[in-house]
Amino acid sequence: MWKVLVSRLKQGHRTLTYPRSEPALPAPYRGLPVLDSSRCPNGCGECAEACPTDALVPGDNGIALDLGRCLFCVDCERACPHGAIRMTQDWHLAGRTRAGLIISESKMLARAEALGRELRGLLGRSLKLREVSAAGCNACEADVNVLGTVVFDLGRFGIQFVASPRHADGLLITGPVSRNMELALRKTYEAVPAPKIVIAVGACAISGGPYVDSPQVLNGADAVVPVDLYVPGCPPHPLSILDGLLRLLGRLPDIPETAPRPTA
Amino acid sequence: MTAALSMHNGQTVALADVPVLSVAELRDHVIRAAGAGARLGAFFGNPLDASSLRLFAILVDGFSGNLLVLATDVADRYPALTPDCPQAHWFEREIAEQWGVRPLGHPWLKPIRFHRSYRAGEDAWGRPADAALLPGVTDFFQVAGEEVHEVAVGPVHAGIIEPGHFRFQCHGEEVLHLEISLGFQHRGVESGLLGGPDKRSLHFIETLAGDTSVAHAIAYSEILESLGGVTVTARAQSLRGIALELERLANHTGDLGALATDIGFLPTSSYCGRIRGDFLNTTALLCGNRFGRSLIRPGGLWFDVDGAQVSQILERLEAAEREVTNAADLLWNTSSVMARFEETGPVSVDTCRDLGLVGVAARACGLERDCRYELPSGIFRFAQIPVSTWDTGDVFARAYVRWLEIKRSAAFIRDQLGTLPAGHIHSPVPETAPSSLSVSLVEGWRGEVCHVAITDKGGRFARYKVVDPSFHNWMGLAIALRNQQIADFPLCNKSFNLSYCGHDL
Repeated sequence: MWKVLVSRLKQGHRTLTYPRSEPALPAPYRGLPVLDSSRCPNGCGECAEACPTDALVPGDNGIALDLGRCLFCVDCERACPHGAIRMTQDWHLAGRTRAGLIISESKMLARAEALGRELRGLLGRSLKLREVSAAGCNACEADVNVLGTVVFDLGRFGIQFVASPRHADGLLITGPVSRNMELALRKTYEAVPAPKIVIAVGACAISGGPYVDSPQVLNGADAVVPVDLYVPGCPPHPLSILDGLLRLLGRLPDIPETAPRPTA
Repeated sequence: MTAALSMHNGQTVALADVPVLSVAELRDHVIRAAGAGARLGAFFGNPLDASSLRLFAILVDGFSGNLLVLATDVADRYPALTPDCPQAHWFEREIAEQWGVRPLGHPWLKPIRFHRSYRAGEDAWGRPADAALLPGVTDFFQVAGEEVHEVAVGPVHAGIIEPGHFRFQCHGEEVLHLEISLGFQHRGVESGLLGGPDKRSLHFIETLAGDTSVAHAIAYSEILESLGGVTVTARAQSLRGIALELERLANHTGDLGALATDIGFLPTSSYCGRIRGDFLNTTALLCGNRFGRSLIRPGGLWFDVDGAQVSQILERLEAAEREVTNAADLLWNTSSVMARFEETGPVSVDTCRDLGLVGVAARACGLERDCRYELPSGIFRFAQIPVSTWDTGDVFARAYVRWLEIKRSAAFIRDQLGTLPAGHIHSPVPETAPSSLSVSLVEGWRGEVCHVAITDKGGRFARYKVVDPSFHNWMGLAIALRNQQIADFPLCNKSFNLSYCGHDL
């Protein structure tokens, strides 16, 4: 008992001050990419060639990037000889609509807005979620799980993962949704009492990720259930997931839509 | 009798040099080698034409540090190896499911992933092509009798974990038998790799078991480097070793915490959950991603470190090591913890050998199975990490081996960072050799990661076989549960902590 108490003192207090202040991520962290089409020579599509998930599409108004497909893998950044794509430190990546995740030089990421007044009233201070891994690789799962540790302490926001869909207000889905998980996902969704919300975490759950168009997967959660919040990444940083959840619940002070932060 | 082809880890051989034996000769060879202590690293099929299949067996001989490769041709059936060589059991179920070839005499021939055969019209169970294949719907082994009951769990589990189905046969609280039915995570990784390497190949590899991205990426890269005939620089090899051991540190620490969670010992549970994140964040210091994504590339690495990063990593490592020592010591010094760990979920060394278990699970039975020692590749040819074993085969052994490895991995990283070779970190990889076979084994945190590539005449992947350590070890968990309390399942499960997607691919 004595040793346990001494250990408690040694381990100290570890909970992040977020959202009161924004923690710094390590310098090589790869967040929201910025596109500078003015550097693109006509007809160059080297970034799109290199992209493993065809997230980049060159068009008349410059390159468009689907963050829902993006693996944040820097294959494009490295392939581009003109420096037109640059990864930034911005980890605020969550959006409410699939279309809002498609960005270009002239179209910024549509960051997640809060739920409507009624749902916010119901869930804003107490949100219980059932997690369904539908062929997730255990990286998104791990970074969702970590929200329960003392570092993020999800409980302080009234958000909790529960063991039964019947106790839940919604689902948090990871993975590209394999054919073999379709039925289980559908049944789990049906078991959640209405009104209910669905959160898709990671490139796989949004678009199929690296498995997009594989015959064994359904290209993400919205092939089976309606999705209310998308958190891009492969996997998203736990802060990106937490930021998305707090935006959805209207728990963050309103952040104006600004240009992405410069790299640190 | 034709001898098997002997090769070393990371070598490429001409496909034509792989001896093709008769089925009887191959059986004889594998059974004798397994009896002498070798293990089956991989056993898989590759189609020759529409009606025949070539089976390749890769035997791992830990004593000599060699791999033995042999092959045989079969049509739609062959006499199973499993009755005489139990460690072939899961491989033969996989061969039956993938190719519709029946291993005759297999004692428990059932699907493992629930997908259609890769050869249209060939189904080992004669199921019609239009019949739905439902995962987990199969004839489970059942115990009958008064007071005997069955407990079904999954696919969706109570925690934030991957899906799988567990079927327990119980008498009261005692588990007589556990059967594990997987396949829910099947994404078609091996099919997706066919025709590669291409721009998506590495991303399949990094996500096929996402908590083992580094080990799988190293195995894949070593295959391409071997097929292309290029050696990566000493600096790149050292940095790869550091990333691999950071992956081990993070996962082993997380596992110690999770074991504490499952017995309700909250101090270590909450400390290790947090310290695990510190190790992941150290990997992010290397490359920006907590799981090491995009760090390892064929030819070396994509991210180098400078002096400031090295000192930052050393500083964090020292702090995390001190804190995990404090958290782990609480486990070993608390009698209520030890009472729950000791003698729970035991696996005997004979069972371990028979089933061909690998990694932490095998070392916890006292077997010195560790690729870093037996078949070293990369930096491990120059810097050795002692093999950590314990011999009680129970939950305690699996926990304690992790703890021993945490200390040794941390020491290894410190040494490497102190003597990091100069030089560049990436060398261009030439075209992959045509009509070749290449094998790479890497000791991931769970155990042996085995990749085998077979290239066609154009140097493209005609077959890319992945064997995650979980593939060998799921049966070990099922056996460990026998005669245990069903309430100890979470604890036993966590002591193995196997990958669902690494198995399902």
